[in-house]
Amino acid sequence: MAAIRAEMVAGHPRSPGSYCGLVPSTRLQIQPNSTSTKHLQNLRCFLLCFIHAKMIRFILLQNRQGKTRLAKYYIPLEESEKHKVEYEVHRLVVNRDPKFTNFVEFRTHKVIYRRYAGLFFSLCVDMTDNELAYLECIHLFVEILDHFFSNVCELDLVFNFHKVYLILDEFILAGELQETSKRAIIERMGELEKQE
Amino acid sequence: MGSQGGFGQSKEFLDLVKSIGETRSKSEEDRIVLHEIETLKRRINEPDTPKRKMKEYIIRLVYIEMLGHDASFGYIHAVKMTHDDSLLLKRTGYLAVTLFLNEDHDLIILIVNTIQKDLKSDNFLVVCAALNACCKLINEETIPAVIQQVVELLAHPKEAVRKKAVMALHSFHQRSPSSVNHLVSNFRKVGALWLYGFSTCVVKLSDNDPGVMGATLCPLYDLITIDVNLYKDLVGSFVNILKQVAERRLPKSYEYHQTPAPFIQIKLLKIMALLGSGDKKSSEQMYTVIGDIMRKSDTVSNIGNAVLFECICCISSIQPSPKLLETAADAIAKFLKSDSHNLRYMGINALGRLIQISPGIAEQHQLAVIDCLEDPDDTLKRKTFELLYKMTKSSNVEVIVDRMIDYMISINDSHYKTETASRCVELAEQFAPSNHWFIQIMNKVFQHAGDLVNPKVAHNLMRLIAEGFGEDDDAADSQLRSSAVESYLKIVDEPKLPSAFLQVICWVLGEYGTADGKYSASYISGKLCDVAEAHSSDDIVKAYAVTALMKVYCFEKAAGRKMSLLPECQSLLEELSASHSSDLQQRAYEFQSILSLDANAIEDIMPLDASCEDIEIDKSLSFLNNYVHNSLEQGAEPYIPENERSGTLNISNIRNHNPYEHPTHSLRFEAYEVPKPAVPTNLPPTLTYPTELVPAPIPEPSYQPTLTSGPVSDADSGSTELRLRLDGVQKKWGKPAYSSAASSSTSNFDSHRTSVNGATQLDNVISKSHEPREPQIEVSEEKQKLAASLFGGRTARSERKQSGGAAGYSKVSRTTNHGDDKVQPTIVTATVQPPPPDLLDLGEPTGPSSSYSSTVDPFTQLEGLLDLSKDDSAVTTTSNGPDLTAVYTTASTNGQNQNPNPLINEKDNMNGAPNPSNRTASLTKGPSLKDALDKDTLVRQMGVNPTSQNPSLFSDLLG
Repeated sequence: MAAIRAEMVAGHPRSPGSYCGLVPSTRLQIQPNSTSTKHLQNLRCFLLCFIHAKMIRFILLQNRQGKTRLAKYYIPLEESEKHKVEYEVHRLVVNRDPKFTNFVEFRTHKVIYRRYAGLFFSLCVDMTDNELAYLECIHLFVEILDHFFSNVCELDLVFNFHKVYLILDEFILAGELQETSKRAIIERMGELEKQE
Repeated sequence: MGSQGGFGQSKEFLDLVKSIGETRSKSEEDRIVLHEIETLKRRINEPDTPKRKMKEYIIRLVYIEMLGHDASFGYIHAVKMTHDDSLLLKRTGYLAVTLFLNEDHDLIILIVNTIQKDLKSDNFLVVCAALNACCKLINEETIPAVIQQVVELLAHPKEAVRKKAVMALHSFHQRSPSSVNHLVSNFRKVGALWLYGFSTCVVKLSDNDPGVMGATLCPLYDLITIDVNLYKDLVGSFVNILKQVAERRLPKSYEYHQTPAPFIQIKLLKIMALLGSGDKKSSEQMYTVIGDIMRKSDTVSNIGNAVLFECICCISSIQPSPKLLETAADAIAKFLKSDSHNLRYMGINALGRLIQISPGIAEQHQLAVIDCLEDPDDTLKRKTFELLYKMTKSSNVEVIVDRMIDYMISINDSHYKTETASRCVELAEQFAPSNHWFIQIMNKVFQHAGDLVNPKVAHNLMRLIAEGFGEDDDAADSQLRSSAVESYLKIVDEPKLPSAFLQVICWVLGEYGTADGKYSASYISGKLCDVAEAHSSDDIVKAYAVTALMKVYCFEKAAGRKMSLLPECQSLLEELSASHSSDLQQRAYEFQSILSLDANAIEDIMPLDASCEDIEIDKSLSFLNNYVHNSLEQGAEPYIPENERSGTLNISNIRNHNPYEHPTHSLRFEAYEVPKPAVPTNLPPTLTYPTELVPAPIPEPSYQPTLTSGPVSDADSGSTELRLRLDGVQKKWGKPAYSSAASSSTSNFDSHRTSVNGATQLDNVISKSHEPREPQIEVSEEKQKLAASLFGGRTARSERKQSGGAAGYSKVSRTTNHGDDKVQPTIVTATVQPPPPDLLDLGEPTGPSSSYSSTVDPFTQLEGLLDLSKDDSAVTTTSNGPDLTAVYTTASTNGQNQNPNPLINEKDNMNGAPNPSNRTASLTKGPSLKDALDKDTLVRQMGVNPTSQNPSLFSDLLG
């Protein structure tokens, strides 16, 4: 049933494939001030601080043009480094053959991505972690979004990005799956909505 | 529920989002955003902004930041918003700060207080928001400020709060795992709280809310990673929980695609893999439940396969059970047969894990593996190479390394290139069937990834060429050398060769270029001049080339042949004598002065093929005694030891620490000594030279022995002497002839190599029929052949098994963990506590399943826990197979020594003595020369250790 949902997401009439008509190359530029030493430092931080921890490093939602719809980092990164990561992940993911694996090596980590209509959901995880499980984790997240927004589309996420962050906080915390019951998350969001 | 505009945002905000969505170019977008930033800056600072409006501004700031612009001007307002009483605003504030700030931001300090207050709030939603912020914003220093409250919240009546409190503890632990111990020792109270928190986590395993239980698995996993033995008694509980999860005893809402709570199952399997590793007793408890899950699992959905994969990982980690291995092999077969790339990837991945336990398993999947290897999907391909790397043995090394090199050439990404190159080198060093093949492979690796490989690889290659097979088979050695020379002459003209490779080429050409008489000296020297000319920006290569040229001329002259300097060589020398690099200058002058010597002298200082010979260094410099004596008699001042002098002491120490500094970059700190007129220049330094050397003209005139005291100029002449000798040392590079340790290790190296050779020969004999060198023409047949050469085919089953076993052992020796695994069981079974009582029912929080669960007095129990941990670690460290660890540490230190030293050694020989700054040092202070000599010999002794691969060492120990 959920698979059907995903299909519906993909084929949703409001799905804004041409909504953002930016040329990818003009969209995200690497900041000139992100020098290589800084890059290295950050990379080291990337590696050292969390070397032993199996966790999600970041979650990105990007559309095909590379516009970031949501970015949540569970490791400390410099602002410039974040843009670089977003740019690189988009480049890795956007042109892959749909038949290929949904896993791409990214520096010393692995990006697990899944495409829904024009949106790419990417998770960066440890090299040795269970890739399929994270792939399904993305799908569970999309199911939750779908449930919450009743037939989610990119526009919902664009205009309600702060809600998406709140949902994500109920789902994943500190880089780990916190709650895997769809109902529990929806209930919690309902409680929050009541406050509005 | 939601749709656009339904959340009380103003039209302004919607327009902003829309207009950005409709932009056609980045500059247009930037313009809109900059305008927006201006507006916000103005509005946000207006005094009486209504709160609701403020909230929207903050959300707009988040949006701007998400687009990649700087919104830092508004951070402080987001922080202020967290202080607000209204939950809605507070939540927005927290959301914004968690997105804006990193844990080390200055503003954090303003938030900690608010968090503390909010953690005490009556409204559980406020508490939740604060806990969310804790996970992101609390850093090592601020952990003590909130930890007590977080721990107290573990007992909160709302399950949402308990869950988030558990996750907050988990994030604290990840922030600073080291500070756990730190906290324990320094802040007893905090430490105890910490442990109390985690032991409550253990209790929470029996929490009646499955969400909390699932969340608790995260910190537990971390704790178990740190010290497995503390949690062995929980094996029973984990098995029971997993069993109940698999039997669908959790609420239906945790099911995902008809699989019961798959994410919790996966986490549990991960924990069990840790607990069961190397522990037979614990593993046996797990067999049934794992078998059940694998049987029941749904192989159609992704999530079912994810659970299945995790089961395989667990099976490969715990003590092997034949039945489970069989099930796992079946599951892998299904993965590999699938059409989905994802599943095939998982299959290859699983195969790589299982193959270390049952090496035979890959055989039935030969063709599938080869399909994956040829797949256009790079991720899959790379994973397959990883698998091949794990299953390499001497019978298939040639095919695998060939493939890897092809792949290495085809990729651009330097990270993967480096990795592939180093893997090629590792496999080639470990399994090389012949030295000739090894050299060919090294050539290829250097040619395509030379700047990326470890410099010690170049050293190993030169040593191999210099030492040959290590047997007393001179013919084979010289054949090897001439084949190396030949291959290098072929390659050397190619453009863009990496520096490390050119160094090897120059060295080999200088040493052996003319050895077999096939190539004339002028041909070789012409080539060397070309190298120096073509790489004029690379000083190291030029230095190698000049020294090689010098050797070629010396060998010619010593052999009695007349030979004149080529014109290009002459011009090269002239150019280098005016070089900015004093090292090059030095070499050029040395060369020129050597040219003027007669054949006998040359033979003494540049003996033919002496790179493996030992040299003796007269550390006491006794040959100078005469000279010193004479000088003293003539009124020279006696030598004052360095520590009795003042002034230059510190600097000299610095100098001692950096003897390998490149001369061009080093500043000279010491002032020249003021020449004292009393003992003048009439001491001709040449007097003492046994070989009648004219000292090389030295660029700085102040170095001329116009110096104050006799002993100092002794040092000078000594260093000149040393310099010449060291040139011989450079050739000696790597020969371990002179120290006992070194020679023994050489024998190890040799025995390893010969054993490998022996094994290969055996393989060849047995599997001659099926082992083609190169995969051939027809497509399917090619695959078959490739498969046969990779997997050994069926004809060679018995042989393959045998060598597979050997490969398994060498694997074991390669990875420490496995070594430990082999040793540990005895210890582990000794320390394991009896398993806890059975079934821990999720419905009731009775949970007397663990030793800590009945929170009578947590603190006293924690003390026990603490002590236990100390005891345990002590026990494990002491009893953990002292032989193995000892051997391992020595092995690893050898490896470490070996790594930097070849380079240092070489550099030392290249730069050390001729280096003018060193010379200054040795001029001004005597003992440093001696130190340098000591160090030099030491370095050379250590620099000649064997390669780090030494499987026989470990197989002896383990087998």
